[in-house]
Amino acid sequence: MNITNSLQGGVLTVSLCGELDHHGAAEVRKSIDAAIDRESPKKLRLRLAEVQFCDSSGLGLIMGRYRKARSAGAEITVCDPSAAVEKIMRLAGLDKLIKIERSTEK
Amino acid sequence: MNGVKEKKKAGRATEVFKISFAAKSVNESFARSVVSAFASRLDPTVSELADLKTAVSEAVTNCIVHAYRDSRGKAEILLKGSVYADGRVVVEVKDHGCGIADVERAMQPLFTTDPAGERSGMGFTVMGAFCDGVKVRSRPGKGTTVVLTKRFGDCGA
Repeated sequence: MNITNSLQGGVLTVSLCGELDHHGAAEVRKSIDAAIDRESPKKLRLRLAEVQFCDSSGLGLIMGRYRKARSAGAEITVCDPSAAVEKIMRLAGLDKLIKIERSTEK
Repeated sequence: MNGVKEKKKAGRATEVFKISFAAKSVNESFARSVVSAFASRLDPTVSELADLKTAVSEAVTNCIVHAYRDSRGKAEILLKGSVYADGRVVVEVKDHGCGIADVERAMQPLFTTDPAGERSGMGFTVMGAFCDGVKVRSRPGKGTTVVLTKRFGDCGA
């Protein structure tokens, strides 16, 4: 899993690239939580456009970051989810809990 | 001769594979890739194949996270796939781990025995939503077998 962070105006954007399963989730969790603790962002944006695979472990990761961001006082959004991410988020009803952003509307 | 051959029984698999591998998380993607390559011969759509891979990933992850969590012996997962002439693929994921005491409860959405591990409790729900059939056979101490059935080319269902 490739993880890229960028911070702009208090918005921490974390872009993930790869397959989000149980094997990769622990590393992603550590990385994002460390970035939240370090940067204290106003908003956490998870960019999941390049996540080609996501199962319920990925769902657990997204739910966990929702809790982590909220407890740190940050808003959280999921940006440009891939088809795999969006399908499983909708199945679990996470799309009702976490706002989905689209950056393609240029 | 042809008449007999054409009467293919839906109950007989046309192709079968069986493999076993260590119950390690690095093998989750391996299991998905194997099933994906095997099921591709039925010419599924991208979305059908993605569904099957996700369901297999859930079953295999359950073996790794739950079945062998307290075990010190050999932790092995058996994966079996069968394709049928009517466009079905059946994948069996078997472990010799701790088993499930209450299968019905384990299959409830959001049920998890490991909330601290950030388990969503959605594994069986995902298998059910992404496949046409999910069967679970399990006994405490005797391991678990999950049988996933996916029908390809079934637009209506």
